[in-house]
Amino acid sequence: MTDIGYWGVPLAILGGAIRVSTPFIFVSIGECITERSGRINLGLEGTLVFGAMSGYAVAYHTDSAWAGTLAAAFAGLLFGLLHGWICKFPKVNDIAIGIALMIFGSGLAFFFGKPYVQPVAPDLPAIPLGFWSDIPQLQAALNVNVLFLVGIALAFAASWMLKNTRIGLTIRVAGDSADAARALGIDVNRVRLWSTGVGGALAGIGGAYLSLYYPGSWNEGISSGQGLMAVALVIFARWSPVNCLYASLLFGGAGALGPALQSVGISQGYYLFYAAPYVLTLGLLVATSSAGGSATRAITAAPGELSITK
Amino acid sequence: MKVPPQDNRIPDRALAVSTHGMTMRFANFYALRDASITIAAGSFHVLLGENGAGKSTLVKCMMGFYRPTSGQISIDGQEVDIPDPRAAHELGLGMVYQHFTLVPSLTAAENLVISRADAPARIDWKTEREGLAAFMEKMPFKVPLGIPVGRLAAGEKQKLELLKQLYLGRRFLILDEPTSVLTPAEADELLGMVRGLTEAGELTCLMISHKFREVTAFADEVSVLRRGEHVGGGKVSDLSTSEMAAMMIGDKELVRPAARLPFIGKPVLEMAGAKAPDRSGLKTIEIDGLAVKSGEVVGIAGVSGNGQMELMELLTGQRPLEKGAIRVKGAAYRASREEARRFNVRYLPEEPLKNACAPKMTVAENIYFRDFDFLGGKTQFWLDGRRMKQEAGRLVGEYKVKTASLNAPIASLSGGNVQRAVLAREFTGAVDLLVIANPCFGLDFSAVAEIRARIMAARNAGAAVLLISEDLDEILELSDRILVMSDGHIAYETPAEGADIGEIGRHMAGHH
Repeated sequence: MTDIGYWGVPLAILGGAIRVSTPFIFVSIGECITERSGRINLGLEGTLVFGAMSGYAVAYHTDSAWAGTLAAAFAGLLFGLLHGWICKFPKVNDIAIGIALMIFGSGLAFFFGKPYVQPVAPDLPAIPLGFWSDIPQLQAALNVNVLFLVGIALAFAASWMLKNTRIGLTIRVAGDSADAARALGIDVNRVRLWSTGVGGALAGIGGAYLSLYYPGSWNEGISSGQGLMAVALVIFARWSPVNCLYASLLFGGAGALGPALQSVGISQGYYLFYAAPYVLTLGLLVATSSAGGSATRAITAAPGELSITK
Repeated sequence: MKVPPQDNRIPDRALAVSTHGMTMRFANFYALRDASITIAAGSFHVLLGENGAGKSTLVKCMMGFYRPTSGQISIDGQEVDIPDPRAAHELGLGMVYQHFTLVPSLTAAENLVISRADAPARIDWKTEREGLAAFMEKMPFKVPLGIPVGRLAAGEKQKLELLKQLYLGRRFLILDEPTSVLTPAEADELLGMVRGLTEAGELTCLMISHKFREVTAFADEVSVLRRGEHVGGGKVSDLSTSEMAAMMIGDKELVRPAARLPFIGKPVLEMAGAKAPDRSGLKTIEIDGLAVKSGEVVGIAGVSGNGQMELMELLTGQRPLEKGAIRVKGAAYRASREEARRFNVRYLPEEPLKNACAPKMTVAENIYFRDFDFLGGKTQFWLDGRRMKQEAGRLVGEYKVKTASLNAPIASLSGGNVQRAVLAREFTGAVDLLVIANPCFGLDFSAVAEIRARIMAARNAGAAVLLISEDLDEILELSDRILVMSDGHIAYETPAEGADIGEIGRHMAGHH
């Protein structure tokens, strides 16, 4: 291995941003679409874990990582639709159902996933974008998974969709004012059902990435709260899919800081840097929230129907 | 240019609509009983009635929100079935509601495009904007299309609501008190435009209104409802306002504003150099040298969105003051509960359900908010349920609050009754300073008369009253001194006696 000294740190951050951020990108864009329709699905953590398990299992049995990814998306879709369907009943709280589904999804994944801890499933393919360089660290950092590129495209596509299509405007109407939506003849519950379904499917894909690429195996601690963090990222990103992409990259990059410092031989206090993503996010959130200065100003981008902002 | 394509079934001219024996029964209560109303094509028809007279029920039946218990609707002489609002829209019927139906976070352009039944799956903003510009070209007033509707002032929103209906090609329009948020000039402009469209035979209009001035100035015909029944109507030219009022209220006595006692005392409320950002955070509210003396009503007139809402929030403590001071009886005032109690400051904010009530708590609890922890100058730890019931019961009777029970959530009351309940709470006990904003918004005129009489009574008893209102008639009726607010500051001051209305209007419009 070529010794590149402290240059390893920014490289590791770049690599981390690319590798670690992908599940965040998928889950946060999915949640973004769900929240823009006026519901919060906290169950995405469970969906992520179940997606990881089902993706791994199907990939193992079919010997195709892509079949696994599709299966994970389908499983996620079902979880999302379940959430959307339960929430249409009166006096059902979407946050409570989300928490229930988070536990349900994880539990179900652990239950069915026991036999798949040992076997090895095929990985998702990566594109070696670092082929032009001789430095192995750079090659490693630029080894980009296809799903990462799909995630970037998805962020811009989702942004465009929310602004330039009938479906996008319909989702925003349902999320901002259910009364206005009803006056327009929009079936609010149906819009939210499918928005939650799509959100779930994307979270499922995020889960498949975890088990089929990085870290690349199925075990019960695979997500460690990433699904929940992604939901928080949506608020941080002010409900914009493109901002979700940037927030995920930032979060992934910051997450790589701790291991990177450790690898270049800093042994004192490096564990503090493991907290970097959280500290950074918190700091940025405080900075952007207080930019207006006035306490009476609401978060202007927040969908009006969201139960946390009402 | 792209015009919203018309549904084949909607003709290209005004529609005639009539109802036959409309009856709407909720359990054993008739909200509407055997109402037959005929609205000729191209006429401007007004539906008059007090709160709860059945006007909303009737139009909701016409628009398909309710399924009438019995009765039919016909359009151009043909009986039609309207099971839901969408069916009404397809027949060319549209409605502008009292509350806004625009989506706050969407821009005006987005709101217009998505409201079309045939909104394209992929929206080409370039052509849409061109189409909208061409449409706006033909309209007598303009609304900014590019900013989120939530940032528009109430008046602009109402114009946009009307524009939306015209954009959608509706041929029969129900207007539910469309001018309650507009200045007289804006209202005249809006109604004049509607009038023009009806005269041209392009539109038939059914308007719910309480304002006789608008009825006599713009309408062709009226129908009057009382307690769910159609009690009369006819051509406006054949009826006097007192005849219409008599039909509306039956034989009941109206409360007249009490006589004005000449009485000017010491200043109670003073604001000096007060500064705060406005709601958008882009502009500043600056109030300097505002003083309200004991025994006078100071009216603050202005077009909505010129900082009156923010001024109210400053006084109620809902908005932090950046600079300057608010003083009550010479002492600094930060609107804490403690200070409000010590100085006897009371509030009547606009939208009382939102700003002065806990909507899901009971009527009794809401009425008891000022006193629940306080009795005879001492704070109390335990809640005295019996005293609460007693006092709330007494006030509900005294202020004629119509409620199913004292334990009903206050949100279940009608707008007028919520306002009466808040009035009962705020006007009870010693009142030295009364801060009021749009107290009569959306209320029928007997409730309005009663509320105004109570305000005058408080003034005559020596209270200093600051009245912020978008209704200029109200300001003129109640005030001793009139201030005009424009662009976040006080632009004009005049004694109410001999005030020049033209001058006030010019300052409201920002031309001076």
